Amino acid sequence: MIAYLFIFLGLVFIFFGTLGIIRFPDIYTRLQTSSKCDTAGAIALLVGLMLKEGLDSFSLRISIILVFLLLTNPVATHAIARSAAIRGIKPWRKKKKC
Amino acid sequence: MTAVTIIITVLGITVSLTLYRVIFGPTPWDRLIAVNLISSKVVMIMVAAAVFFERRIYLDVALVYAIIGFVSIIAISKFLEGEDTNRK
Repeated sequence: MIAYLFIFLGLVFIFFGTLGIIRFPDIYTRLQTSSKCDTAGAIALLVGLMLKEGLDSFSLRISIILVFLLLTNPVATHAIARSAAIRGIKPWRKKKKC
Repeated sequence: MTAVTIIITVLGITVSLTLYRVIFGPTPWDRLIAVNLISSKVVMIMVAAAVFFERRIYLDVALVYAIIGFVSIIAISKFLEGEDTNRK
């Protein structure tokens, strides 16, 4: 039962992260919500799947995939943000009224 | 409706919503962010299918897919960065 709770939490995180990807106005804000979707959604979903499977070599492989995702996703996010900043993309600001 | 059907359907719907940003993104970095997100979600779909269908080989496929996605994202972002013309 608690495994399905974790899986539901991961699906909620992933859905709202995707909503942020569509709605947000700038590269850096989209990077922020994409990073949340990658780390929090992946942690919750894969921990839920490990709890459903039980403790054996199968869940050990899932934990290896989880550690790999946790190591590589922030690196990829930082590489994209650094590349955009070097090319001169300015952060988004709210337009003033007058 | 079993659990695996719901999980794979929700993940597939979010992948197809992310595909909007790949097609209509204003700059190349938007497309790169969306491709990174799609790659991560496909890994999650493969792990869910491996657990619910009792197929052990899908986990190896998911790990190799994650490695290839990471290397390609790093390579494309270094390519978009280009040569440094401002800094000396």
